[in-house]
Amino acid sequence: MTLAEMSSNFLYAAFIAYLIATFVFGGAVKGNKAGTYNSESRWGKTAFIITIIGFLANLAYFFTRWGATGHAPLSNMFEFTTAFGMTLVGGFLVLYSLYKTPVLGMIVLPVALLIIAFASMFPSEVSPLIPALQSNWLAIHVSTVVIAEGILAISAAAGLVYLLKVVDLTKKSKQRFWLEAIMYSLVLVLGFVIASTYFTATGYEANFSYVDKEGLEAEIEYKMPPVFGMNEYTALSEGTMTPIAEMPAVINASKLTTVTWSLIVGTILYWVIRLIARRRISAILKPFVKNVNLNLMDEIGYRAVIIGFPVFSLGALVFAMIWAQIAWSRFWGWDPKEVWALITWLFYAAYLHLRLGKGWQGEKSAWLGVIGFTIILFNLVAVNLIIAGLHSYA
Amino acid sequence: MDKMQCQCGHVNPPGTILCESCGRSLTEKEQNSKLVDMRYEGTARRSQTYNKSIIDKVWNFFSSVKVGVGIIVAILVAAAIGTILPQEEYVQVAVRNEDTIKAYYSDVYGEIGRIYHFLGFHDLYSSFWFIILVGMLAISLIIASLDRFVPLYRSLKNQRVLRHESFMNKQRIYGKGYAQEDVLAKSETKLKELKYNVTRDKNGLLAEKGRFSRWGPYVNHIGLIIFLFGVMLRMVPGFYVDETLWIREGETRAIPEVPEYALESKSFELETYSGEEKDGAFSEAVDRVGSVAKNYQTDVILYKKPEDSLPGATEDMEIVEEYPIRVNQPLKFDGYAVYQMDFKLDELKAMTFALTNKETEESLGELTIDLINPEKLYELENGATVELKGYYPDFSGFENGEPQTATPLPNNPGFLVEMTTPETPKGETSFILIQNTIEPFGENQFKLEFQGVETRDVSGLTIRKDNTLPILGLGGLIFMIGVAQGMYFNHRRFWIQQKANGEIILAGHTNKNWFALKKDLDQVSAYASLPAYSDQQEEIEKQLKKEGEEAL
Repeated sequence: MTLAEMSSNFLYAAFIAYLIATFVFGGAVKGNKAGTYNSESRWGKTAFIITIIGFLANLAYFFTRWGATGHAPLSNMFEFTTAFGMTLVGGFLVLYSLYKTPVLGMIVLPVALLIIAFASMFPSEVSPLIPALQSNWLAIHVSTVVIAEGILAISAAAGLVYLLKVVDLTKKSKQRFWLEAIMYSLVLVLGFVIASTYFTATGYEANFSYVDKEGLEAEIEYKMPPVFGMNEYTALSEGTMTPIAEMPAVINASKLTTVTWSLIVGTILYWVIRLIARRRISAILKPFVKNVNLNLMDEIGYRAVIIGFPVFSLGALVFAMIWAQIAWSRFWGWDPKEVWALITWLFYAAYLHLRLGKGWQGEKSAWLGVIGFTIILFNLVAVNLIIAGLHSYA
Repeated sequence: MDKMQCQCGHVNPPGTILCESCGRSLTEKEQNSKLVDMRYEGTARRSQTYNKSIIDKVWNFFSSVKVGVGIIVAILVAAAIGTILPQEEYVQVAVRNEDTIKAYYSDVYGEIGRIYHFLGFHDLYSSFWFIILVGMLAISLIIASLDRFVPLYRSLKNQRVLRHESFMNKQRIYGKGYAQEDVLAKSETKLKELKYNVTRDKNGLLAEKGRFSRWGPYVNHIGLIIFLFGVMLRMVPGFYVDETLWIREGETRAIPEVPEYALESKSFELETYSGEEKDGAFSEAVDRVGSVAKNYQTDVILYKKPEDSLPGATEDMEIVEEYPIRVNQPLKFDGYAVYQMDFKLDELKAMTFALTNKETEESLGELTIDLINPEKLYELENGATVELKGYYPDFSGFENGEPQTATPLPNNPGFLVEMTTPETPKGETSFILIQNTIEPFGENQFKLEFQGVETRDVSGLTIRKDNTLPILGLGGLIFMIGVAQGMYFNHRRFWIQQKANGEIILAGHTNKNWFALKKDLDQVSAYASLPAYSDQQEEIEKQLKKEGEEAL
């Protein structure tokens, strides 16, 4: 077995451990009789140990892959996103050891699983570094950023638990709508994973030639049945679906097709869950959070930001600027990734000022935590895949 | 406004909320609340006290957190808008000017692009209003910090040990009850063990830890202000150099903005991964992508000119250094850095032709035209000559019968030549392009037959000097220290008083992490048997919740 193969086996092991731990954490929370925490402490401990085993396997994945490629595995979409899943669990472990809250594990681990599954949809073979990335700063800058984002994401998880408990699901409200929207978007990610896995497993391929936005002839391969066609496309493979609509050159119809399939599969899945359970997903989760100490969740959310913000400043701004000066000759160039790192930073700065200066605690703070996570995900997914820039390594 | 005298006799500055000396609530609002507002220790802040003159109003505007957050959010939203479409500098157009950029936006992005360009969003980050927003943020940073720091510093510096009971019982952590005689001494021992600074005064005790963390926000704001100042300094001439130098293999050129130095390019090299590296670990990736760049490198020699040399003179230069400039490894000298930024492979360097008789295909000799510095006249054997009457390095067509060149770069060279041979002493004119020859004055006897071409690579280098970097670095460092100071440490305090009747009252406060504060207090309680305490905020919340449930 080569190091690279070993590495992917470790990742599988981590994935399975997190999956088991999710259910054990869920059981730990659910098993409580009202007002008691016996089940929490007993099963919570077991789940914590399983999570640690998973995390160790995850670290083993990281370092064996590092050994296999000779560079820190943080250089493309698969590697970075997987690392994000890992640091999310790492952040959880830190805060769990401080506050002993299994309910947090019940939220964080499935999200981490989704993130790792999402990562696996991108090309995962080990790849060499382009010249711009050949620097020790790759390990320093990117690992600091990914650790910071993992910790900051915990604030969203704590916020979500908080909201699940406080938002009244029996009455129609904006809060109820947006809480369910969060659940729905998590299911959409699952939809993307299912759609990609299905079409990859069945080996779907459709090739087209088209005219790109510079007016040049180009070719593209669809991995999913083409709902949307590229600008002035001509089909190159036979027996494949004819696109329903043609897109202008600025829109990448292949990516739009992927998004559409994810939406279709995710939405079907969402409604299947909802019809079987006969209630909202937030309502399914609500019983799990009935014993949650709101103050503690608020504190965890805040602590996560307090720990994460300085690390983020260091990694995503300070180290980023130092490296940009070395590699690109300027420390700042308003590249979309840079701008979105600044936006993330400004957002958490606003969070802190609102909390400390305006007394935005509890529910408001919880919403902000969730929005922060959305911005981080936007920077990870949308900026890499949609907005082209210097950081588009995927 | 008048100074405020407290019942204890202390005279406080106007606007004070909690007496600086004893801690009694001085305003009615504060007197009626269940918990004291400890955010700025109840001190008088200028912004909360005066609101008459214009200066007051401006000061109050910028010292408001609401306004500060408003500015942050405005910058955030503006920054996001700037990423919807690429900024001007990342747009690729053949010829760069305002019109082509404008056309690019409407051609590629349609109506949306046209509006985006019209609103000036294509160059958003250097727009007037964006810079003003950042400037407002800087002002807000300064004023808001001063407004809070000055009174807070005064107050924490002059803390009294003994506080009034109404100050104590309105703290979030509060306890009251009886304890043993030696409770203060024992508490002191334990608190000192927990690294608290303990001060005793008569029957009271004040334990304090991590006060410096309260300065964190002001320190990090100072860092940010220094950083923004550094960015501004860039406008000052001499602080900042950003030049591009295109240099061909074999060329020696003066470095722009640094005339005392010259650079020679020995060679440019582009390497790609073969897939064999790391025992073939990368073969799959290389196969999928097709080609992955491994290295861009320009091998250069850096020369220094003697001080008395004329501009442009290249003799007597001293070799300073030979260096391979690669991405991530710029050449550094004398405060400047030279970066590998771009390249162009196989630029045409010279073309070789043979002067040939069309009929007999007999050659009268060859000539090689240097495409950068062509000669005027080429003399061949037997008295034949070729005169270069016109040279169009980047031929783009005819205008009014005149050949035109789009750029001075030899991308598509065109030559207007006059060939003279013993057989055609009057000369024949021919216009030669790649794979095409035009004979404007009728059929010629002779032609220039293309023989070969020499090419070379061109390196695109960036010359950079940025003297603001040390200032930016200092700002960044101070910011990071301030952030760590404010966020990784907390300011914790306990007040314990032993009353004449033996009753103990205790109160605790921290700026954050109440969890850890309670843990500390539990340890002290266990050792010194302090009376039980409660978290009054949690009590209030429980009460509210209960009332809420009852109301249902």
